[in-house]
Amino acid sequence: MSVNHATELELHPGEIAKPNTGWIWKTFWILVIITAAEFVIAFSMTSPGLRTLRNSIFIVMTILKAFFIVGEFMHLKHEAKSLIWTILVPTALLVWLVVALITEGSYVGEVLSHMFSS
Amino acid sequence: MAHSTTLQQTAAPAAFADAPRTGTWDGGNEPFKASYGKLMMWFFLLSDAFTFGAFLTAYGLIRHKHGVFTGQAKDFFFSSAHWPIPEKVFNAFPGLHGIDLPLAFVALMTMILIFSSVTMVLAVEAGHRMDKADVQKWLLWTILFGSMFLSSQAWEWSHFIGGTEAGTRMADGSIMHGANLAANQYGPPLFADLFFFITGFHGTHVFSGVCLLVWCFIATTNGTFEKRGHYEMIEKIGLYWHFVDLVWVFVFTFFYLV
Repeated sequence: MSVNHATELELHPGEIAKPNTGWIWKTFWILVIITAAEFVIAFSMTSPGLRTLRNSIFIVMTILKAFFIVGEFMHLKHEAKSLIWTILVPTALLVWLVVALITEGSYVGEVLSHMFSS
Repeated sequence: MAHSTTLQQTAAPAAFADAPRTGTWDGGNEPFKASYGKLMMWFFLLSDAFTFGAFLTAYGLIRHKHGVFTGQAKDFFFSSAHWPIPEKVFNAFPGLHGIDLPLAFVALMTMILIFSSVTMVLAVEAGHRMDKADVQKWLLWTILFGSMFLSSQAWEWSHFIGGTEAGTRMADGSIMHGANLAANQYGPPLFADLFFFITGFHGTHVFSGVCLLVWCFIATTNGTFEKRGHYEMIEKIGLYWHFVDLVWVFVFTFFYLV
């Protein structure tokens, strides 16, 4: 349970331990910096030719933020290995679902605009 | 257990049936080393992730089905023929009417939600130390930031529904202002539908979270958790709250940035 539980020190009855919040603020600054970087990219990489690269960067940054929120704030990084995998493996299905249906969407759009237009 | 036919029947004393069974295969093992409540919250959140995943998947499919605006961003115009560029739709800020401030308001909303996550985790940390006053303080901050986010979303919605003065000329020649479920001035009808459903479903989650936090604050003030000897309820509601923040991270990227 690492840094989050530095409270098991000797305490007198009724005494309250000192807060241990360094890791919380560290995670906060990481999230703020990633979000700020996303805005910088949103307004600096505006050329249509860079769309795919820009969106890939956004997705990587989003997953990075998710890692810090789930790992630190939701404490999953410090849980048992079996619990970590129980949560992460089913979400892999979602990745497949998104990729499959986005491909399907492009195809549907293609069909509608080319096969049914005169 | 009186009619039990196990081999131990003769060897075990009468009190055996009442003794807690702690063997690995009797449920005495805790492979996840997490309490029942926290585990169930994790499983609920997993199912909720699938609900939001379904929304974002539908969004991806529908967006890719529609045409893309191929020109430069500065030449962009609203039309139901192509999907709108988000920063051209979400460019207003309360009190700064008529000024083009792309994504400024959503940046503020994102910051509010990140702050609320931090104050939530501070409340959980205070709970570990059995510090009632600190738990109360951080819960109040979290409720404040959660309510601020909800108010921001209410403004965002009313602006989206009201639209701009200029509006957009639709295919039938009429001028459309704002949005409803059947038509909107920004792009294809489904653009507004997905906006309403995805941000609305997320906002409902934030609202439920604020209700739970208010209840938690009352229970903390009444000393319910102090008598119980632990503040695990704050941890469980904290998990839910961070999940709502997590969903916003994805909504933010896929609805506002990409």
